[in-house]
Amino acid sequence: MNASTLVRLSLRSILRNRMRSLLTSLGIIIGVCSVIVMVAIGEGSQASITENISSMGTNLIMVMPPRGQNAANRLVIEDAEKIRREGVYVSAASGVVRSAATVIGGIGNWQTSVYGVEPDYLRIKEWSTGEGDFFTGRDVAVRAKKAVIGATVAKQLFPDDNPIGKHFRVAKTPFEIVGVLEVKGSNAMGSDQDDIVMVPLSTAIGRLRRSKYLQSIEISAVSEEYMDDAQSEVETILREAHRLGPEADNDFTMMNQAQIIEMASSIAKTLTVLLGAIAGVSLFVGGIGIMNIMLVSVTERTREIGIRLSVGARRRDILRQFLTESVVLSLSGGLIGIILAIALSVFLESAVGLRAIISPLFILISAGFAAAVGIFFGYYPAHKAAAMNPIDALRSD
Amino acid sequence: MAVIELKGIKRHYCLGEVTVKALDGVDVNIERTEFVAIMGASGSGKSTLMNIIGCLDVPTEGSYILDGLDTSGATDDGLADIRNKKIGFVFQGFNLLQKTTALENVELPLLYDRGGRGGDAAKLAKAALERVGLGDRLHHIPNRLSGGQQQRVAIARALVTRPAIIIADEPTGNLDTEMSHEIMRLFTELNDSGITIVMVTHEEDIAGWTKRKIMLRDGRIIGEARGQDGGAA
Repeated sequence: MNASTLVRLSLRSILRNRMRSLLTSLGIIIGVCSVIVMVAIGEGSQASITENISSMGTNLIMVMPPRGQNAANRLVIEDAEKIRREGVYVSAASGVVRSAATVIGGIGNWQTSVYGVEPDYLRIKEWSTGEGDFFTGRDVAVRAKKAVIGATVAKQLFPDDNPIGKHFRVAKTPFEIVGVLEVKGSNAMGSDQDDIVMVPLSTAIGRLRRSKYLQSIEISAVSEEYMDDAQSEVETILREAHRLGPEADNDFTMMNQAQIIEMASSIAKTLTVLLGAIAGVSLFVGGIGIMNIMLVSVTERTREIGIRLSVGARRRDILRQFLTESVVLSLSGGLIGIILAIALSVFLESAVGLRAIISPLFILISAGFAAAVGIFFGYYPAHKAAAMNPIDALRSD
Repeated sequence: MAVIELKGIKRHYCLGEVTVKALDGVDVNIERTEFVAIMGASGSGKSTLMNIIGCLDVPTEGSYILDGLDTSGATDDGLADIRNKKIGFVFQGFNLLQKTTALENVELPLLYDRGGRGGDAAKLAKAALERVGLGDRLHHIPNRLSGGQQQRVAIARALVTRPAIIIADEPTGNLDTEMSHEIMRLFTELNDSGITIVMVTHEEDIAGWTKRKIMLRDGRIIGEARGQDGGAA
């Protein structure tokens, strides 16, 4: 009996019990669909994280306070200055402090993030002012009460006016608005990047915060190939600035963009595997459903098996027939599951904004996996059918 | 030349400590073109004998040569191939596939044909159905056919591979008298055209249609009679 006859036979017997076949495949449909969607969401969030971190700046190196509870933060504004002045591989550097604050002015108030930065910060972020100017190094030096606001803040406080030249207050300190940042939109994680206020770093430290220490120093290396050089250079400069002896550990931590991406995406990868595994369990349960129904089907069709054996079917023929049936059942369930998964991902992306990436390779793998489930769970029932004694099978009711 | 040669056939079943001797030394030769009835009460071993002749079962002891082929030592696959090529079965309960047309039922043995006749299945099956007078019922499913017609489909299925013998197990057991005679007339016709038929029955008048009767009791042959003696009239 050739393959096309086998498939035709199995399709017919599947279609003969439409409802049952559908319910049986449902396990596989849901299993395959959820595996694909879960993995797609995992991959999507991984891509989002990568993009998000990439958008944090170009050739970015971050210097942060040391990890651990007893480690004191010793990063100060002079460190950033020294890096900017002495770093050969450094194209831009800025100390950063940030805090949440209520800004008051224009038509009301607004809760936003206030960043204390230096002029280099814009270049690190590949950002620019849409209107007006950014504050200068001199503004930082004299603790000027100047601010540059994001488009969202501008819209909230001054919906009808040009905010440039207007005054507003951050906490209790009045600032003059000198520029509005170019609209950047949401980042890959969906948070609004335009909901921001930037003030000179020195002003933020002196007026808005109680501590003189920086939360981070962000540095751009001159190019991607000099990332490692830049990083070791910055390390040397900081050790010198902090007067660390050759035996002393760094009193700061450094991370470059690649490391941040790696760290974050390893979390996302773990998440992907976890989600996929949970969904895989449902695929397994679906396979058990197929085995269950195939066992029932074999019992019901004992007489048919007897007839086939009596007219000369070999045991192998019977085995193949039932195996084909379970594979066709699981594979068609798998295909429906794939279609459903694609539809669901498109829906999730457009309606919920959840990014889901389905790779064609993974679709192939899932289809193969569905077929494998059919073979694995169909084998026992098929073997049971093939092992029947023709005389007993013919005699059954 | 004998198409069926049975020598010293024994079939014993072990049921725990008891050994049931379903067949206890049967010797029979059946020639080509014979029309034989195997008769006996229930428990006489006639079904067991039929299963062995039909290669559905193998004897515990003894040799069975079918159409010049020694069946002893044949594997499961070998027995399946013998059933496919050399034997056509007709059962009491018709044993047709339900929800499957007459044509497809008759095609069934050809699907398992390893001699490459599968390609002509439709043509051969149609010819076989025409031969049993069902040329106009090709696409009917068993439920839409009378008992006699269903049995004729089964006979067509037995004929379609041009087997060496047709084995019929109580072929009229589920039919009324009129239909029984109809089927027996068909068997007689087929036999007249040169087909060897071995039939198992316990009904005297059905056996009367055949040309030779073999009587079984307790797993042994207790008598034989030749010649038609009624029914066929």
